[in-house]
Amino acid sequence: MADPILELVSLVKRHGGVLAVDHVSFGINRGEFFSIVGPSGAGKTSVLRMIAGFESPDEGEIRIEGRSIRGIPPHRRPVNLIFQSYALFPHLTVAENVAFGPKMQGMATGDIQSRVRDVLDMVKLTRKETRLPAQLSGGEQQRVAIARALINQPAVLLLDEPLSALDQQLRQEMQGELKAIQKRVGISFVCVTHHQKEALALSDRLAVMHQGRVLQIGTPEEIYGNPDCRFIAQFVGNSNELRGMLIANEGGSGLFRSHDLEDGQSIRVHVSGDVESHKPVAFVVRPERLHLSETIERSAFENSLQGRVEKVLYLGSELQYTIQLSRSVQWTVQVSCLSGRQKVWPVGTTLFVQWQAQDGLVLPL
Amino acid sequence: MKHREAWLRSVALFNLAFLYFPILVLLVFSFNASRLAATWQGFSWHWYGQLIENGALHAATGNSLLVAVVSTALAMVLGIPAAMGLERLARRSQHILGGMLLLPLVIPEVMMGVSLLLLFVMAGMPLGLTTVILGHTVFNLPVVIVIVRARLRKLDSCLGEAAADLGASPWQILRQVTFPLLRPAILGAVLMAFTVSLDDFIVTFFVAGPGATTLPLKVYSMIKSGVSPEINALSALMVLLSMSLVGVSLLLQRR
Amino acid sequence: MNQLSRSAESLGDMGNPVSSHRMTYWLLTPGVLWSAVFLFIPLMVVGVISFATRGTYGGVIWQFSLENYRDVWHVVYARIFGQSLVLASLTTIICLVLGFPLAYYIVRLSPRWQAVWLILIMIPFWTNFLVRTYAWMFILRTEGLLNTLLLGLGVITTPLDLLYTDKAVLIGLVYGYLPFMVLPLYATLERLDPAFVEAAQDLYANQWSVFRRVVVPLTKPGIIAGCLLVFIPSLGAFLTPDLLGGARNMMVGNLIQHEYLVARDWPLGSAISLILLIIVIAAVVAYFFVEPIRSRQELEP
Repeated sequence: MADPILELVSLVKRHGGVLAVDHVSFGINRGEFFSIVGPSGAGKTSVLRMIAGFESPDEGEIRIEGRSIRGIPPHRRPVNLIFQSYALFPHLTVAENVAFGPKMQGMATGDIQSRVRDVLDMVKLTRKETRLPAQLSGGEQQRVAIARALINQPAVLLLDEPLSALDQQLRQEMQGELKAIQKRVGISFVCVTHHQKEALALSDRLAVMHQGRVLQIGTPEEIYGNPDCRFIAQFVGNSNELRGMLIANEGGSGLFRSHDLEDGQSIRVHVSGDVESHKPVAFVVRPERLHLSETIERSAFENSLQGRVEKVLYLGSELQYTIQLSRSVQWTVQVSCLSGRQKVWPVGTTLFVQWQAQDGLVLPL
Repeated sequence: MKHREAWLRSVALFNLAFLYFPILVLLVFSFNASRLAATWQGFSWHWYGQLIENGALHAATGNSLLVAVVSTALAMVLGIPAAMGLERLARRSQHILGGMLLLPLVIPEVMMGVSLLLLFVMAGMPLGLTTVILGHTVFNLPVVIVIVRARLRKLDSCLGEAAADLGASPWQILRQVTFPLLRPAILGAVLMAFTVSLDDFIVTFFVAGPGATTLPLKVYSMIKSGVSPEINALSALMVLLSMSLVGVSLLLQRR
Repeated sequence: MNQLSRSAESLGDMGNPVSSHRMTYWLLTPGVLWSAVFLFIPLMVVGVISFATRGTYGGVIWQFSLENYRDVWHVVYARIFGQSLVLASLTTIICLVLGFPLAYYIVRLSPRWQAVWLILIMIPFWTNFLVRTYAWMFILRTEGLLNTLLLGLGVITTPLDLLYTDKAVLIGLVYGYLPFMVLPLYATLERLDPAFVEAAQDLYANQWSVFRRVVVPLTKPGIIAGCLLVFIPSLGAFLTPDLLGGARNMMVGNLIQHEYLVARDWPLGSAISLILLIIVIAAVVAYFFVEPIRSRQELEP
């Protein structure tokens, strides 16, 4: 049941003459991990800054727990922001950094001390209280930033690209920890990132933004499995694509034809309500949903396309084939290495790329 | 290769010798008992004694210190906010306004002295210690701005926002974050401005009135009256003073 | 710099977007006001007066005239301007010749020794300029240290006439401004990636080519900055020519002082000042045009 703790209503922000944020609206529920994903320049950072109070919207409302926070300066908003650079105060120790918020609010020293201890315990930094930020590793610095923000018990915690400063290994560890911390404190997290994989892993729900607009909001499964448009299909996860038209549509089952395919084949597709026939659309199918074989298995798969192996990439846990389907179309097929003796087709092999109609999507451009 | 190394080192050492030779000469000969300065006639504290009894020198030293303290304070009060304000401007405004504020660093001192003299005369202001203080503040202001600004630039610009986000009011941000982080620069600026003010001759020369003699002015008039070992002694003392100020500054920066 | 802080707001910002502009205004106003009153207005007054005429008893007659600018071309003044330019240029060149090897030597030392040398170079700079100039008087006088030494060693039989010559002024200027050349050179040389020098040594047979074709072009920003930092103050020098050069070796600075305080011809003095200022500003502007912004940013503190 929706219980929005943070609501954005038709937020607009202009930078120069450009609409950086274009009528963005969504609500974030209590205790939810929410991500805003999008490429650089999508406007997601502007949205975050407006929630935090460092930029004011040109139009629209921001409401926390039902009350508008327009005009309230950042230091009086019940939100806290974790900066991409962490912005730890270099002249203060870890404990002093974490105690900063409560100290500014005028809390009693004894109370502050016990709260600091609890919070540092939660992020597992208890023995580093007297260190200076410069003496900490990247991961430790981030934990201090989290502690420093959470100690204020904000209504919403904002995170700006929280994991980009970390290396791959540390990233994956911190992903788990971040999620665990969020569940434990039960505070709503709003995370801005351009790493869609991360967003999928961490979020309860996410919003995809592009060129200032919110394209889709949903759970990771909804966004990945049912992208609303071509951009989302390409941005979140990978997609193979064909441009063309629906030439038939009977109650959700249709035929798609693309001029990129040389032999004029039609592809069987499932169609969702709002795609029109005979208008330019995109057909997308995920690399892992495609099946490769040397023969056509018509009974198992409704669609087959013939192609040549252009490239094979061995990624340890899977094989990534690049198949040339026609002069202008190259698709990626992902095959999991289920056994150590997986057959690897060499470059130049002619294969059939096959899939079931329900695994492909026809989407507006 | 070795030739080049040796050659470089000798040039470097020559430079160093060249830089220190006059200073050492002064120090050494300030102890020369003889009045005929250049021949050594025995060690003596005599000239230092003369200095101590020189009442006019005491007054001049007092004036110099007063001027230095007040003009440095003024420059800090004006310069620290100016440096902070400059950093908040957009790139191009920064260059323009910054250029204006830092102009005294480029203008020949003679011009500054002359223009200030004109200003005071036209405004009907009598020349005295006040005009000297005002003049010193003019060239101390850019010194403070440059030093404070250099430090400001190195700080993460998110720190102010982070503090605000955590609940600090603008005033609290200044006290808890900005000034503590600026402290090394502030100290450096104070020392630098103080030294520059103590050292100044030309601007002071133009805008000082009777009774507003500073130490450099006094030394100048002593020199114009003829070379004397007393001047050597005075010079030696001033050199030692500068060196100790530098030493203190370095020690503070080490922390 | 991450996107979140991409605006011009910095530590000086109180974080509140509404009061941001007002705060900047308040921060800058005192300093700007002060500069306007005590720097710009006086300079403008100088400019204006340069077009006026000298009164009989030293005052100013407010009558527009270009007389002063014509008078400047008079042989006496022109000679002084010329000598100033020559001395300033020579000073710059000598400082470059002395300072470049010094800077080159320092950058190749270990960081600790680098710091030591830099401090050693700066210490004389922090002692009183008047005192240091006086020291050269002491050394170069007819009965000064140098002559006494040389006479005593039998190198010469009559004392050298060093003080109150242009050579003495030159020595004094080089002495005073050498650190100003060394520091920018050091700053640029320090940033020079040794890989460049090694690559050049791979390509060119002799050290001089390496130096000429790689090191010098890459350190050009430092060289130009150093030259400017020496040339400009040297041009407007006052104390050095006054104490070491005497009446016959006046430079522009002394001329200005003479016109103002001795001859009491403020309009003429102003005209000379303005010309000096124009030369200085021209040099600075030339610097800004010749040097692309990127290499200048390297040198900023």
